[in-house]
Amino acid sequence: MKQEWPLWEVFIRGQHGLSHRHVGSLHAADAEHAIQNARDVYTRRKEGVSIWVVPAADITASSPDDKGSLYDPADDKVYRHPTFFDIPDDVGAM
Amino acid sequence: MSVQGLIRMGDNTLVLGQRVSEWCGHAPALEEDIALANTALDLIGQTQLWLGLAAEREGKGRTADTLAYHRDAWDFRNLLVVEQPNRDFGVTMMRQFLFDAWHLEALKALTEHEDAEIAAIAQKSVKEVTYHRERSSDTVIALGDGTEESHERMQAALDRLWPYVGEMFSTDEDDLMDVSALRPAFDAYLETVLAEATLSRPDSDFAHMGGKTGARHTEHLGHMLATMQVLPRSHPDATW
Repeated sequence: MKQEWPLWEVFIRGQHGLSHRHVGSLHAADAEHAIQNARDVYTRRKEGVSIWVVPAADITASSPDDKGSLYDPADDKVYRHPTFFDIPDDVGAM
Repeated sequence: MSVQGLIRMGDNTLVLGQRVSEWCGHAPALEEDIALANTALDLIGQTQLWLGLAAEREGKGRTADTLAYHRDAWDFRNLLVVEQPNRDFGVTMMRQFLFDAWHLEALKALTEHEDAEIAAIAQKSVKEVTYHRERSSDTVIALGDGTEESHERMQAALDRLWPYVGEMFSTDEDDLMDVSALRPAFDAYLETVLAEATLSRPDSDFAHMGGKTGARHTEHLGHMLATMQVLPRSHPDATW
């Protein structure tokens, strides 16, 4: 029998944040339990207003070995950055 | 006068907070360890409010700390259930569940108390205890309706602690309210959780009494207080 509870990845949306951010992982028996544990482990200092938990086993990750083919081709394509546009002053801070 | 009633509330949270904190570093999983420590800290925080108000109302120059650290077992007014030893995780969580189920009903009633300071403490505590009850209920259900062994241990925990349930609803004029009126809501909640947990409510209504009146604490309280009080009693004027 497997003794360890499954691993969950925890995402928290902060007081002023718009998106949930990954804060860490924990063990829990099921999703509801994972939410409770996340509340106790990761929101003790009022870090968040919303919690997502995702079974770590359900996350498909890219392989570090593919780093070259995945990311290097973007190195010489600076035109993909939106820094070549003149932004009218009226727009203000972006 | 309500000083005794305030001390009863504060002693419940103090003694259970100390008991729960004994798990710190020993719980069966890291996440449970942190959750129990959070619960213990919530309870100690509530203790500061209850005993702080009790000391102020008493007007004899005592503080929450003197009440916590410089009284002996016979002066404590907590329910017997909260001084019961932790034993295994099942007994700890069953004790927590039974107390939380009572505590939440008591605090909800106290939010309507005519004394504004009592109502304010109840309002602050009710949010914390709502979470305590949710967590302990889920654990009782998960373990009660879990493996054969976890089910047996939870039923044994309930059978062991059941004789301490009756005292929670015994009342006298020192209480901040008529706690006997909380029983129907407690029973209804208990029934839904025990049904989901596939646990049976013991038949007997026998109840040990004497904690909240101070007449007869169990032998466990003195041992616990010895550990809790040794530092402030050995070094009475120590400061951080």
